[in-house]
Order: sequence, then C-alpha cells, then structure tokens
Amino acid sequence: MTRAARVVVVGASIGGLTAAETLRQEGFDGEIVLIGDERHLPYNRPPLSKQILLGDWEPHQAAIRTAAEAADLAIELRTSCSALALDVAAHLVRTTQGEIAFDELVIATGSEPRRHPLLSTALTLRTMDDALALRDEMRSARRVGIVGAGVLGSEVASAARKNDTDVVLVGRSGALRFGAVGTLLSKRLVALHQNHGVRLRLSESILGAERTANGTRVLLADGDETVDLLVAMIGSTPRTAWLASSALRIADGIVCDSAGRAAPGVSAVGDVAAWEDPFTGLPARVEHQSNAIEQAIAVAIRIVRGQLGTAPVPLFWSEIHGTRIQACGWFPSDRTLVSPAGEDAPSPSLLQSTDDEGRVRGVVGWDAAPREFRAARGTVLTATSILTPS
Amino acid sequence: MGVVVQRGACVGAGQCALVAPDVFDQDNDGIVLLLEPDPEGAILLAATRAARLCPARAITVAQP
Repeated sequence: MTRAARVVVVGASIGGLTAAETLRQEGFDGEIVLIGDERHLPYNRPPLSKQILLGDWEPHQAAIRTAAEAADLAIELRTSCSALALDVAAHLVRTTQGEIAFDELVIATGSEPRRHPLLSTALTLRTMDDALALRDEMRSARRVGIVGAGVLGSEVASAARKNDTDVVLVGRSGALRFGAVGTLLSKRLVALHQNHGVRLRLSESILGAERTANGTRVLLADGDETVDLLVAMIGSTPRTAWLASSALRIADGIVCDSAGRAAPGVSAVGDVAAWEDPFTGLPARVEHQSNAIEQAIAVAIRIVRGQLGTAPVPLFWSEIHGTRIQACGWFPSDRTLVSPAGEDAPSPSLLQSTDDEGRVRGVVGWDAAPREFRAARGTVLTATSILTPS
Repeated sequence: MGVVVQRGACVGAGQCALVAPDVFDQDNDGIVLLLEPDPEGAILLAATRAARLCPARAITVAQP
C-alpha cells in the first residue's frame, strides 16, 4: 500500500504539518521530513491578528504541536531550515541544512506580505515574531495608521482600538474587503468600524511617508496623517522565489491540477498552491487556513492510498470589534448577498450568495449563533465534500 | 477516555461540530463542547476526521 519511502514536506505551518500528520495517520510507514524556516514549532496563524495582537494569548497558546508530539508520530521536524532550490527531475531539495532526496514532495511554503513600495518603514504581519513586534509597538502608540482595506487591516484596526488609540485605516479602493467575500460586506464593515471609532480614509492615494520629530507622517492626496505606528497590510504573494530555477510552472502560485499535483512526485498545498478550480478550470489560490488543511489532507491521502479527494469548500472567519464574521463557500462579485429570510429582516445575521438556479453557493454569518451558521453551511456543502457528515 | 478537547486552544471554527455532530457542539461563543467522550464505529471515525480538520489541534482522539 505504501508507495513512497521518504516524503519531504517543505513548510511547517498548518498545511505542511497537516500533510505530515495525515500521512502517518493513514498508515504511511516511510520517513517524513518536515522543514520550516521559522525558529518556532508549528503554530496557528489566525490568532496572530486576533488573540496574540490583543494580548489575550501568549505565544505558547497558539502552538499546535510540541516537538515531543511530532516525535511520537515519527516526523523529523527541522526548524530554522529554509528550502533554497528544487530539482524536480532528480527528486532533490536543497536546503540551508543540506540536500534532501525525496520520493514525494509536498510544498507548503505559504505566502508573505506584499511590501508597499512607498512605505518601507511600515510594519506588517505574517509570522509570530511580526505579531509580537506589532503587539509591543501598539502598547505605546497613541496614533496608529493602517494601510490596506482587507480583513487583516480591519483586524489590526480592531485590536488597536481596544486601547482607545486613535486609529486611521487608509485604503486605495473605496470599499473594505473581507477575504473571499470581496467587497460584498463593505457597507456593514464600514459601519462597524465607524461605530467603534476607527477613522476611515478610503479611495485615498498614498504618496509616501516620512519620519518627523512628531512621528511618521503619511503623505496622502487628501491631507496627511501623522502616526506613532504605521502598519501596511496590502495583500500577500506566494513564496515561490526558491522555485525559480525549478521546472515547476509558477504563475500566481504553483500551478497544480485539481488534485494538487505540480509535477510527478511533487504536490503543493495552501497559500502557495494554485489548484485548478473545479468550476472555472483555471488555477486559483485560496488564502484561507481551512483550505490549506483540507488540501493537505487530500494530498496525503492520495500519496498513501492513491485515491483522489475532492475540492475543499472555502471557510473563513474573523472577529472585528467583537463581531464574529464567518464565510463559507463561493461569492461571485456580481451576486449581491441576500438574507435567506427574505428582504424584510433589517440586519440579518445570515446572508447568502445564490446562483441563477437559486442554489446556495456561499453563506455569511454576521454575529450568527454557532449552531445557526453551521446549519447554514450545510446548505452550501455538496455531497462530494470531505466535510460531509458520515 | 477516547476523545479529549482543549477548550482553551479552540478558535471556534466549528469544523468538528459539522463533521461529527454526535460528538461535538459549540457554546454561544463558538467554543467546542464535548458531547460524547467515548464514540464507537462510524462516529469514532467522524471524530477522528474532526481532529484532523481542527485548525487549533484542540481535539485528541485515542485510537482503540
């Protein structure tokens, strides 16, 4: 049943760790080498912009596996180890700790924040170390400026307001985005921020930033802002630089088929991977944690059993100013969200996106009760999903 | 005891209660509640799948 003797997993965050653990749980009895470039053991990223930034959690509470737990599963975990290059034909990964040969390779190197070309001094958030630095800076900052109208920008704004700090959120577009839901929730998000005292400067052009005796002055087309702490959250790019000399096809991410295969013996999962979308037939990256987990499970099962899994259903959640917002499924930008209860409800806690046949393709919970949202998710999920209850 | 949950690690994604509703529920904050610590058969399999899908690794299932 076992085909490969050694599986190498590059990337020790949730995608890579899930692939390694699932291989073992599925009965793979060869070697598993899991390498990660951070000094930390695998940890959970979503709490970085929530519990860690708010100071509610210490770093150890976001950890997901101890070294002993990895050893129990006979996973060789190498931290502070970076992959440098891949030779697909020779089945070889070159790393800062030497070359590793593989029978199967799983790439889970994730993504990294895009740097704003005009805001080189701005902090950003991707890793535990980023989050701890940001948390410490936020404790003393009286004025915080956030550039970026995505969900991370909203989360940082929410965390900063907890200390009654002056918070200004600057966005190039006129709308706030929420992951796969796009701008469809913008009106609600704008109201939520305004009700919690965040100043919004949308449709704004950033001309640069300069240090002054009084803080960092952010130069904007419609009037400058001076802040003590500047954070830029303007999206992320897949971490594929180390693959430049490989034979893999890289577009926006590693181009994979609908089962996560990038080349013979090479698979990719999570933020770095662009699996063929089952609906459009085009490669697409999905930067959601649940997607990384489900892709990793599907790839591990394929490696061990040779069986193909099914495409994950995107799930995403956030908490902004104490409001829990969850989204599950697909949200085409040209389909407005409607209440399943009809148009009468003034501010419904459930919203959905439907296709031309009236089938539910996505649901949003806005401070919905957990059970209520779970029931709504059931209307999206298809019979082929691995999430379907048995 | 077969199934153990760490409520302090739970982030409320709700994956567990979706795939194994006989074993897990969520409180009003979305945090996991353990309904059945000793599931068997297909329900035990569902609990195992829930543990795998949990983003916080807050669920441990001891295999018999």
